[in-house]
Amino acid sequence: MQIYGEKPTRFGYGEGLVKLGEINPNVVVFDADLAKSTTTIWFAEKFPTRFFDAGIAEQNMLGMAAGMSLMGKIPFVTTYGVFVSGRAWDQIRTTVCYSNLNVKIGGAHGGVSVGPDGATHQALEEITIMRVLPNMTVLSPCDANEAYKATLAAAEMRGPVYLRFGREKVPLLTKPEDPFEIGKAVVYRRGADVGLLATGHMVYHALLAAEALEKEGVSAYVLNVHTIKPIDEEAILDVAAKCKCLVTCEEHQVTGGFGGAVAEVLAKRRPVPMRFIGVQDRFGESGKPDELFEVFGLSAAHIAAAAKDVMKAAGK
Amino acid sequence: MALDAAELKRLKQKARQIREEIVKITYTCGGAHIGGALSQTDLMVALYYKFMNIDPKKPELANRDRFILSKGHGGVGHAVVLGDLGYFDKETLKEFNKTGSPFGMHLDCLKVPGVDASTGSLGHGFSIAIGMAIGARLQGKKWRTYVMLGDGELQAGPVWESAMAAPHFKVTNMTTIVDRNMLCIDGSTEEIMALEPLKAKWEAFGWKVIELDGHDFNEICDGIELANASKDQPAVIIAKTVKGKGVDFMECDKKWHYAGLDDVTMNKALESLKKGAK
Ligand SMILES: Cc1ncc(C[n+]2csc(CCOP(=O)(O)OP(=O)(O)O)c2C)c(N)n1
Repeated sequence: MQIYGEKPTRFGYGEGLVKLGEINPNVVVFDADLAKSTTTIWFAEKFPTRFFDAGIAEQNMLGMAAGMSLMGKIPFVTTYGVFVSGRAWDQIRTTVCYSNLNVKIGGAHGGVSVGPDGATHQALEEITIMRVLPNMTVLSPCDANEAYKATLAAAEMRGPVYLRFGREKVPLLTKPEDPFEIGKAVVYRRGADVGLLATGHMVYHALLAAEALEKEGVSAYVLNVHTIKPIDEEAILDVAAKCKCLVTCEEHQVTGGFGGAVAEVLAKRRPVPMRFIGVQDRFGESGKPDELFEVFGLSAAHIAAAAKDVMKAAGK
Repeated sequence: MALDAAELKRLKQKARQIREEIVKITYTCGGAHIGGALSQTDLMVALYYKFMNIDPKKPELANRDRFILSKGHGGVGHAVVLGDLGYFDKETLKEFNKTGSPFGMHLDCLKVPGVDASTGSLGHGFSIAIGMAIGARLQGKKWRTYVMLGDGELQAGPVWESAMAAPHFKVTNMTTIVDRNMLCIDGSTEEIMALEPLKAKWEAFGWKVIELDGHDFNEICDGIELANASKDQPAVIIAKTVKGKGVDFMECDKKWHYAGLDDVTMNKALESLKKGAK
């Protein structure tokens, strides 16, 4: 696997916002008392009149952004994913999505890799509760370069978008010049024995698992599904057709999340045996990110074991 | 009424010890919300070591007073107090925030004895406290509920829904304390989302408001007595505090909201606490 450095995905968002500040005068940014942590402070410092700190008031922040979008602005509202998606869900549903308003929502601190802040701050349900909303687009970039491009692409399209970021540094798997298109999954390896479908940080871990499996003579197909909604059905069906079994990998509750979205596609069009790597219906905990990855069964070793298990189920 | 000299000394010493332990745990765990933990300490010490009717050996005692730390990120300070009182073996606090430890950054009431409600998402604890207090009243119980809010937390809408509800339901078996240290994360509360005139806001919502110095035990204890005696309307104490109180280089500096400590900064912090105690 080719790695081009290391950076938290939230940095890609922050840099993307600064770029948007330069090229699109309609872009405005909101935060809820976490501007340094989410990185919106970079935009705030360059474009102070287009930045609004709502204080610790996520619901009002969403409402104000909705109003500004009705005035032709493109607001990016930002805070930790757990608070923006949870506390302000009703505003996102009935004000933003119902009227298909052009509001972009940046949710930082996705997943257990948030680490020390623990259960109350680790967003593990946003993919589910955001993708269930009509009109919503849900993006979950795998690295900071992809996060940068996702941020720019979100501004380009009309309608509500949820973008998910993590706290920790993660390997850069993509280059700045690599293409990025909302709704189009990216193939990393074309194997024939088992499909590993991953989103966000988990793409890296899926690639690690694929390398380990290769040593055991198993060829894995690895797909980076950065857009969870609208999901790339054809790419998923292609993996299912080639491999006849697959594992989904997400740093999120498996219930209703990315794995659920993939299962919905397969159940409808090509059912194959599946395994779900993710948080298994429990709350997060405080701890070190890498240790938590083991505790929650998210590491490459767990992915590889699930791959072998699902191959068995598929009669391989 | 002024505290007698021995009582004042006892509370002050306890507060210093709690602050030292907060500093030490922040060092061992790699990082914690130290600024707010230090600002809330004198208020928590007054509650836990003077006012609250509790038995650390019986954390589930039905008639105990309840305490909700609505500013749940102050959990590191709450954990130190509970450990000192003997709710659990203090030694286990060495594991604070480590993977697999019962102590996470925001205390979990299912894992830590003495914690009456899990908090961490700001704006939840206040309504929980009101519910508990009304619950006590419905059961005809005499115990009291205490709840502590951050001032940044007051920016959250749910706080004002609660602020409306408590006078409406005449919840006078609850004492509310605001840790008014003037800072949230991004800056001063007045720059980020202004709260002033804060006293007038609470009064307009129907509260008896007691303003006091949150680092003066005489004022704190008088204030809590006054609040507990209020029978016609619920009382809120707006305690003027200093974020990072007791550690000179942390005081009133937003950068110490959440931070880790290395050997040098820890020793400097302990040194500063020692100096302040003289
Ligand atoms: C709903 C919600 N939004 C955001 C946060 C993140 N957060 C944790 S502490 C904090 C600032 C709190 O300021 P304050 O209440 O004044 O606490 P103190 O200064 O006493 O530490 C924020 C924004 C949160 N815990 N909950």
